[in-house]
Amino acid sequence: MKQPGSSLSWRKVTESKLFFPIVALALILLFDLISNPGFFAIQSREGNLYGSLIDIFRNASTVMLLAIGMTLVIATGGVDLSVGAIMAIAASVAALMMNPYVMAKELPPNLMKLINDPQFTFQPLWVVLAVTLVVATICGLWNGLLVAYVKIQPMVATLILMIAGRGIAQLITNGVRIQIFYGPYAFIGQGWLVLPFSLYLVAVVYLVAWILTRKTAIGMFIESVGINSRSSFFSGIDEKKIKLLAYAFCGICAGIAGLVASSNIKTSDANNIGLTLELDAILAVVIGGTLLGAGGRFSLLASLVGAVVIQAVTTSMYALGVPAFALQAIKGVVVILVILLYSEQARSLIRGIAAQRET
Amino acid sequence: MSEQNNSVLLVSMRGINKTFPGVQALANVDFDLRHGEIHALMGGNGAGKSTLIKVLTGVERPDSGTILLAGKEVSVRSPKHAQSLGISTVYQEINLCPNLTVAENILIGREPMKFGRIDWGGLNAQAREILLRVLGIDIDVTRTLGSYSVAIQQMVAIARALEIESAKILILDEPTSSLSTHETEQLFTVMRKLKTEGVGIIFITHFVDQVYEISDRITVIRNGALVGTYETQALPRMELIVKMIGRSITELDEMSKTKAEARKHISGESVLQAREFGQTGEVEPLDLDLHAGEVLGLAGLVGSGRTETAGLLFGLEAPDSGTLTMAGKKVDKFSPYASITRGLVLSPEDRKAAGIVDDLTVRENIVLALQVGQGWFNHLSTQKQSEIAERYVELLDIATPSLDQPVKNLSGGNQQKVILARWLATNPQVLILDEPTRGIDVGTKAEIQKLVLTLAEEGKACVFISSELEEVMRCSHRIAVLYERRKVAEFTGDVDEHVLMRSMAGGG
Repeated sequence: MKQPGSSLSWRKVTESKLFFPIVALALILLFDLISNPGFFAIQSREGNLYGSLIDIFRNASTVMLLAIGMTLVIATGGVDLSVGAIMAIAASVAALMMNPYVMAKELPPNLMKLINDPQFTFQPLWVVLAVTLVVATICGLWNGLLVAYVKIQPMVATLILMIAGRGIAQLITNGVRIQIFYGPYAFIGQGWLVLPFSLYLVAVVYLVAWILTRKTAIGMFIESVGINSRSSFFSGIDEKKIKLLAYAFCGICAGIAGLVASSNIKTSDANNIGLTLELDAILAVVIGGTLLGAGGRFSLLASLVGAVVIQAVTTSMYALGVPAFALQAIKGVVVILVILLYSEQARSLIRGIAAQRET
Repeated sequence: MSEQNNSVLLVSMRGINKTFPGVQALANVDFDLRHGEIHALMGGNGAGKSTLIKVLTGVERPDSGTILLAGKEVSVRSPKHAQSLGISTVYQEINLCPNLTVAENILIGREPMKFGRIDWGGLNAQAREILLRVLGIDIDVTRTLGSYSVAIQQMVAIARALEIESAKILILDEPTSSLSTHETEQLFTVMRKLKTEGVGIIFITHFVDQVYEISDRITVIRNGALVGTYETQALPRMELIVKMIGRSITELDEMSKTKAEARKHISGESVLQAREFGQTGEVEPLDLDLHAGEVLGLAGLVGSGRTETAGLLFGLEAPDSGTLTMAGKKVDKFSPYASITRGLVLSPEDRKAAGIVDDLTVRENIVLALQVGQGWFNHLSTQKQSEIAERYVELLDIATPSLDQPVKNLSGGNQQKVILARWLATNPQVLILDEPTRGIDVGTKAEIQKLVLTLAEEGKACVFISSELEEVMRCSHRIAVLYERRKVAEFTGDVDEHVLMRSMAGGG
């Protein structure tokens, strides 16, 4: 029916990494629409938009941020288990810089009043953000160093920071959960500019990652290293630097996610910020079609959709009144479905259907 | 073994044909194995030895031909089926469990039971008895397999094959390639013992000395065709090497004309100089010169150090002796990246593992090294990439449906061309081509040979490595011969084939 080379052949559509995640998202949203016709209602208050759909995206923003960095790491054939812990470290660093006085044993009453003031911060916001991101980058570089130069298996190498990271986060604040009152910081996670501010952050990070990988040679090198590191070595690609870069970038993404998360809950809760989010991030990337373990071809956009899919499942289940504890089990079902969908059998089935559509 | 059985051949393969896309892997090959015989299977890389073994062990189905086992026609359906027919293979990489004990490895799945539990004492005693009886070796069977040398591990694999799978036909695929002299002797002792018990052994190796030490007969395969089967005693070494390497006069005239033409272009200007250049354990220190417009052939048997020399020149590892000078400048940085930026490239021997990046497209595979040379941020646009790729697809006549086809969908010959294109795109001064024609069809082979000569004509220097001597002789202006990781000779101009072969066999 269609000439070869036609831009919209079925084969091309079904083989795109975006195909499955978008179909999955559409199915979940369709399900929501049927079970609750008002699901898509969006209200406008003071020019800002609110609604379930917006909530899904807003709540997905931390996992989306993580998924962007995680995509690059997984594409090199690795994995980063420490992103949740890096989020906690970032939150602690940021909170400490805004409010180091909580560490003092006794506070003079006038200072007590001062730190509850939403105008008060010890360091200006840009310093807080810059230092936090530098610390997050160092965390990422540490992972990259262990994986690329010390040649420890990625899962083991990043497990070190995953375990130690929360301890480090606690050490930074001396075990105290620092409350965050500073208004501008709260805007990062809770602010609204028509749409939630965190979504703009996601967009910026995505754009940076896209330019970094698709407008330079880095993306191709990452894929090449993931697919065949020996051939890449023979072609002169510096595998170590590529991996170091991927883990460092993943660290930055986790740092930004940590800022968003701590801003959201107005505290540096080292025990809970980003807890098990590394698994959601990995799942998002896998739903996005990048092969965990093997690496290679990746799509940043597909990973983002993957993150939204996970959040959409969560939100839909809450909307249905499924209790929180049952949610993990349902996520398990999602994982099984993903594995089935990406299996060779399912792929050949879909290829067959696509081929039928083309004739 | 009863007497009348002895008169029947253990294995008789007749007229085996096997084609893979683009390659005739086996053409009408016959192969026999007698009772109590050690039969060496010889041939260069890609000659078809492993395909023949795969057909016998049920990994591949032949397109035509018959297999008779002890006189009965069989069709081997799978490796498991082959095992049940008494055919066992012990590979170079042992497929046992190194973290289990020797006894467990031998008797896994056949453990003696006592009161519904494994009888460990009985297991160990039985394993020890099997090793002693079958192979005549006495070792501590309660130690893990991994704690023993590769030779012992192979013997354990053999013991398991013979005792548990009751194999009558044993295939040893390059068993000695990682063994020391002493370990090889151990293995040979076992092989001789098995021989007296009537087991037929197919022995695949690249070591000519070992073939003469242990084998009764030799079958030589070249380019998928049977060259012949010979009694080892009646076949002089030189002749064996001639048969393995092969020669044909056809095409020779035409090619040498091109070569003579190309010789005019050799400027005499040295582009690459190696002095006392080597690395311990890989390549003995050697001297090598390369001139613009010249093709230097590297000849030698498999394992003679050709690939290692190529890798060392390309900077896969840093040398620990000698110097390398390129275009008058001493080289001090050794890495593929440094070499590529210097204008020295290597098309590696193992196309699949070290050449292509199979999920990347033809376009990306072609521009990969060029992009590496340009750096991370000086990105070639898709448009530019396509132009470059298009040019080389045309130049090398690469058969691909589109530039955006994953390179894994291409045939072996076309994949090889893609790798050549990758290197040509970097506009190198020196090309090292390690087995650029291996495993590809005759037509493409000739194309690549011509390409090499054309490149030389354009003033590039090439190092040409091939297991096929005729090819090396046809393409090279000068030939350096390696033997046991040493450079033993160098010949300029037309060289007598026999002289060359004697030199390859280590005879000066």
